[in-house]
Amino acid sequence: MMNVLGVGARAAPKKGENFELRADLNSEYRDRRKDAIKRVIANMTVGKDVSGLFPDVLKNMQTEDLEQKKLVYLYLMNYAKTQPELVILAVNTFVKDSDDSNPLVRALAIRTMGCLRAEKIIDYLSDPLAKALKDENPYVRKTGALCVAKLYDIKPELAIDNGFVSQLHELVADSNPMVVANAVTALSDIHISAIAQAAEGTAPDSRATFIISTTVLNKLLIALNECSEWGRVAILNCLARYKAQDDRESEHICERVMPQFQHANGSVVLTAVRVIMVHMRNVQREDLITQLVRKMAPPLVTLISAEPEVQWVALRNINLLLQKRPDILQNEMRVFFCKYNDPPYIKVEKLDIMIRLAGEKNVDTLLSELKEYASEVDVDFVRKSVKAIGQCAIKVDSSAERCVNVLLDLISTRVSYVVQEAVVVMKDIFRKYPDNYEAVIPTLCANLEELDEPEAKASLIWIIGEYADKIENADELLAIFVETFMDEAYQVQLQTLTAVVKLFLKKPDNAQGLVQRVLETATKDCESPDVRDRAYIYWRLLSTDPGAAKAVVLAHRPPISLPRTTVPAGVLEELLGEIGSLASVYHKPAETFVGRGRIGADALKRSTELDDETSVREKAFKTVAQGQKSENLLDFDEPEANGEGVRSSIMGGGLSSTSSGPAGIGAKAPISVLTSSNPLDDLVSIFGSSSLAVPTHSPSIPSPLAPFSVTPTAPKPQPPAQKDLLGIF
Amino acid sequence: MASLVAILDLKGKSLIQRSYRDDVPATHIERFLPLVLEMEEEGHPVTPCFTNQGVNFTYIRHSNLYLLALSKRNPNAAEIILWLQHLTTVLVEYFKELEEESIRDNFVIIYELLDEMMDFGYPQTTESKILQEYITQESHKLEVQVRPPQALTNAVSWRSEGIRYRKNEVFLDVVESVNLLVNANGNVIRSEILGAVKMKCYLSGMPELRLGLNDKVMFESTGRTSRGKAIEMEDIKFHQCVRLARFENDRTISFIPPDGEFELMSYRLSTPVKPLIWVEAAVESHKGRVEYMVKVKAQFKRRSSANNVEIYVPVPDDADSPKFRASTGSVAYAPDKSAFVWKIKQLGGGREFLMRAHFGLPSVKNVEDGERRAPITVKFEIPYFTVSGIQVRYLKIVEKSGYQALPWVRYITQHGDDYSLRTAQEKGSAAIVPM
Repeated sequence: MMNVLGVGARAAPKKGENFELRADLNSEYRDRRKDAIKRVIANMTVGKDVSGLFPDVLKNMQTEDLEQKKLVYLYLMNYAKTQPELVILAVNTFVKDSDDSNPLVRALAIRTMGCLRAEKIIDYLSDPLAKALKDENPYVRKTGALCVAKLYDIKPELAIDNGFVSQLHELVADSNPMVVANAVTALSDIHISAIAQAAEGTAPDSRATFIISTTVLNKLLIALNECSEWGRVAILNCLARYKAQDDRESEHICERVMPQFQHANGSVVLTAVRVIMVHMRNVQREDLITQLVRKMAPPLVTLISAEPEVQWVALRNINLLLQKRPDILQNEMRVFFCKYNDPPYIKVEKLDIMIRLAGEKNVDTLLSELKEYASEVDVDFVRKSVKAIGQCAIKVDSSAERCVNVLLDLISTRVSYVVQEAVVVMKDIFRKYPDNYEAVIPTLCANLEELDEPEAKASLIWIIGEYADKIENADELLAIFVETFMDEAYQVQLQTLTAVVKLFLKKPDNAQGLVQRVLETATKDCESPDVRDRAYIYWRLLSTDPGAAKAVVLAHRPPISLPRTTVPAGVLEELLGEIGSLASVYHKPAETFVGRGRIGADALKRSTELDDETSVREKAFKTVAQGQKSENLLDFDEPEANGEGVRSSIMGGGLSSTSSGPAGIGAKAPISVLTSSNPLDDLVSIFGSSSLAVPTHSPSIPSPLAPFSVTPTAPKPQPPAQKDLLGIF
Repeated sequence: MASLVAILDLKGKSLIQRSYRDDVPATHIERFLPLVLEMEEEGHPVTPCFTNQGVNFTYIRHSNLYLLALSKRNPNAAEIILWLQHLTTVLVEYFKELEEESIRDNFVIIYELLDEMMDFGYPQTTESKILQEYITQESHKLEVQVRPPQALTNAVSWRSEGIRYRKNEVFLDVVESVNLLVNANGNVIRSEILGAVKMKCYLSGMPELRLGLNDKVMFESTGRTSRGKAIEMEDIKFHQCVRLARFENDRTISFIPPDGEFELMSYRLSTPVKPLIWVEAAVESHKGRVEYMVKVKAQFKRRSSANNVEIYVPVPDDADSPKFRASTGSVAYAPDKSAFVWKIKQLGGGREFLMRAHFGLPSVKNVEDGERRAPITVKFEIPYFTVSGIQVRYLKIVEKSGYQALPWVRYITQHGDDYSLRTAQEKGSAAIVPM
């Protein structure tokens, strides 16, 4: 053997490191061979290609030295796929090892064979695996259990036909809790794969699915208290999937799972919360519900003292839990105060949760805290804190005045980004309390020069337009923006347009020239179709029926409110059933990010069919999946109950409401505070819902426009209409 | 469920990795850091989990390393993050320090650990004491082949049988960390006590232990009236050795302990705490210089004293030419922390001290903008004392061989990771509340 290699060496001398390694791997000295294997693994670790040494490494597989064996196995796992022909040479040793007297070796062989993922070797796996599942040593059995899931992953039919999956079901009744936990883990893994693999429209193979029966339930509840922390997570995962027969059983599960709240491992705690949230749905006993909610709070609070990464997962989940049960942490707002050195992603979440917990009782403390944050150095966090002050004002009516005062304090610091954010926030406060804080307007207008961010500008312009009749020099202020119209961002253009029309409707004498100018610029020179369309609509409205224009543009708008949930109710239930998982962290159903190709409605249907959940949930689910396809899901912040209203208002409900009378659809849609960057929302806010009595006063029409009939369609004119328009000009 | 686990250096280069499932190619590891940088650049906070191109990235930071797990599907995020933390703990216990060098030097053993601690992406054994029984740095020296410790699959997975000590002893440390936040007006706006009962267990065999505390809930449920004060712990977390169902039933803390050092339980109290160490600073800014007058007061009983007190007072980033005068202890400038540190070896209860600091400010700045508002932070330890008043009433040790074991108990109160006071006040801007 050495000779053969020696010849190769002579033919190509100094073939580099691999050549030397090859020589050493075939050395007659044990130590040198082992050392060579280590060097091979070291090279593999740093990414050098050592696959060429496959046969030489393989020769060292049969050894008494466990460490060496492990290294060779590791090498095999890495390169089996690239050398499928040669892997077969390893089979003998594997089979022999699976019969070794040392359980460590037996388990190692089984574990590694499952990881090789080479078709050739799989056929030889059956016998050793069958033995492993019946091994007297629990360590080997628990390794075997997971190996069945590995086998299923490569060759499902083999795992089922050879009875391995049904053997797993038997292992759920094993005397050893660790074996039970791994059997449950393997069965759940197979269950998920089976559902994913089932062809469209067909049910998954029933032999691969893991339906938890009452008998299994009892075994799981017993093993739960005995197995390791990770085993507990696996079992709790399953308990959350279990469909209780009646409320008594749900209560029983809750009572048995509750002690897990005291576990030191945060993932045990969160997964236990998941089980409780699922089964609490069926609990009838009020006293038990109270107890469960009361017991849930302290462990959640404790997670906030954990490492930042764990904290973050906990915070995201708490945010979700609060949407369902705002009472869980009602007295605990202080624990969410931001620490000076919290990472940014933690601070953002804490702010969000503090707003959720804000109420009459704690709003003062919260405000002074938010004010403190607003003077920190992290610009992004400062902005969010200012925003939070606005949310506070909108959520807790009685605090609005104090919030406004804090905002005025902040504006007086003249720190540019603080002022701009405060202006944006003030606009939202006006949208909630239109008549209370007009005295603030001069202060805001005094900062007009300093604004350079589109959102802040747009907000101030909106305020000027809204209170045009009360601001003496509104025309001068707006003229500044009309002057620079073409240089502004398009949301500023939209707001300038609307504000000028409002001014004109309120004080026709002051603004004729201005409105004329802005409409002309917007229709002729502007590139944004949205701005053009809006200008056309105003123009047409003003020229045909100024009364209607007034009714539309100056209509009374419903006050805004904070959405109570960030996801539709059905999705919220879905996510609460997955507390601790990535879906609950993202606040998105798993189907939206797992990336198993396109997210088809079919896949969703299948998964919901299996769960036999209510059709409401299914519907909500599809809506979200579609929303995800089109854009960012996090902006989807309307509660499901109002979903319909929102969708229709986005389609131009504002306009249609002019024809549909006071019961306009827009009135029902709560307008989110944070979406003012969305031009469609602006439309909703601009066009109110109720059409007031048309005033008799009709302003003179400044331009010779052809009369148009007001068409109650969407703001974007239909193609033929557009042609007409173009023909006219 | 993780498909691939890797430890990366700060440049995003993989130092060691292990693939557990086939569904995520290793090439995704290289995408990790660029994605993080991209998010940072776009101004999004980089969260510990994110998904890109259908692959979930979950990671934690440890000193100069990223520990990264890649996955598909919808895994249990909490489980992955905690497993990564357990991995860190185990590696630290094996190599003392976890850093690039220790990984390079020990790759063989890390592969072995990765193989044992996770299988097919599911966490397995993460008890480092048990792992050390059969995965050792000197395995090749062993004549006899190691076998899986019974504990691996026992119901008692944290303790091996056959442990022997000549002298059976248990040391209990009750450590309470105080976190609090004092606002500019001198009011405590947030405070909590994080307590931990740490044990060092040198006991033979399989001992059964029972720990008795002055737990208010237990006293009430058993109708016992306590002689001293009973305390109400808001949330208690136990090491996995404690029987949770038993505790839920009758508040008994019963367990078979692991061998050696471990944390038996932790608890939390949010009862209001008076600042044990009060610090306030009057700041006087002039053109080109700034002066501080700092006052510290130990607000606890005279018979106790605080050790190793360190007071961090923030100063502007560019402060230079420091001058200090302190009535006790020593003061040093720590430019890397933008603060000066006043160290007092021992601070007696009820005592009060003053110090003055003077700095030059080279750059002329508007006082208003960019003002740093870092709070004053304090570090300290007060031995033989717990803020909560928790007491160990008894520790019963029963082993079938019937030996006598001695329990030792020690109490200590210290600063938590957030003991901060926003009491550095510009002179004349707000009145300092009299104490």
